[in-house]
Amino acid sequence: MHELSICNAIATTAAKHAEGRPVSQVRVQIGHLRQVVPDALQFSWEIVSSTTTTGLADAELVIEEVPAVVECRECGEATTLDMPIMACGACGGFDVKLLSGEELLVVSIDLVDA
Amino acid sequence: MGRFHVHRDGTRHIDEHALDVHDHHQRDGDLLAAGDHSGYTETGQTRVTILENLLSENDRVADDNGRRFGESGVCAVNLMSSPGAGKTVLLRKTLEELGRSLRIGVIEGDIATSLDADRLEGAGARAISVVNTSAGFGGECHLDAVMVQSAMERLPLSELDLLIIENVGNLVCPAEFRVGEQARAMVYAVTEGEEKPLKYPVMFRAVDVVVVNKVDLLPHLDFDLDALLANLAAVNPQAQVIMASARTGEGVDEWCAWLARQSPAASSEAED
Repeated sequence: MHELSICNAIATTAAKHAEGRPVSQVRVQIGHLRQVVPDALQFSWEIVSSTTTTGLADAELVIEEVPAVVECRECGEATTLDMPIMACGACGGFDVKLLSGEELLVVSIDLVDA
Repeated sequence: MGRFHVHRDGTRHIDEHALDVHDHHQRDGDLLAAGDHSGYTETGQTRVTILENLLSENDRVADDNGRRFGESGVCAVNLMSSPGAGKTVLLRKTLEELGRSLRIGVIEGDIATSLDADRLEGAGARAISVVNTSAGFGGECHLDAVMVQSAMERLPLSELDLLIIENVGNLVCPAEFRVGEQARAMVYAVTEGEEKPLKYPVMFRAVDVVVVNKVDLLPHLDFDLDALLANLAAVNPQAQVIMASARTGEGVDEWCAWLARQSPAASSEAED
């Protein structure tokens, strides 16, 4: 359900920029903290793109996953999280700043040249 | 708009495309530094760089909603939880408790039926607006900004101090969709286990306050409250936690005090 909602939002954004022209690829960046399952997103995309009338019917969805990275204010290290626990992977400190992992971005669309 | 020309002669326009896209990359900083810089593929396709949050349309409407709440002097709170955590019972208690001092409106989001809204009848809300999300694509599992915008039209906003938006019961989707709220709250029942903050971090990270509900059941459960609080703190160290039982009324006063602090009308009243 979550992935379906996100696919609808991807389609809306892509269609707005495509302005009716046929699209062959939509590239998105999804952060690991967004709880999106890539396979479920692909599956939802098949439904959403095939039921839309906005030139997305043949568009492939390319998902770039963005790891969750935090920077520690105590030891200064940047570490990648494998759990959504906001702690430094180097020193274990909790005073961390999130550098990436919350992306929900439409990066680009490929238009088929007429 | 050179980028959007329809080209019959691909090779002649390679540079034009590449330049257009490259400008975008520079403007957008290092976001795409490791990404695709081709800008043009040899297969008769043009890459258009967008770099737009895919919820930006929703967020734009949410910002409009937020402005209207602000202009009307209403504080809007988005109330979320999984199904059965006790949102509606807590809301009824809230209306009974706070409805005497504040003018409260409710937006009831539900996939179908007005059963939840019926349960609030007579509890002290000035106005209730029901949104059934099943009007759309097979029943949306959350409220989005457009649904709230249409629900707002049916409410006398200028006559309200506080608007509680009861979202669809779901621990995942509602967290992604801002609706124009000033604050976000969630109800979490102790019967849901200790580990959910780690499994549903988007929701737990999105909220300002967590009402840990049904604490009257604790003696009957193998539930480790300290573990829940540790998991919650690990995911969202800023969230305030209120222990409550909507059934017995425990903690409802603390929750109402939190709500009242969000509303400008209430804080000026409290000072009087």
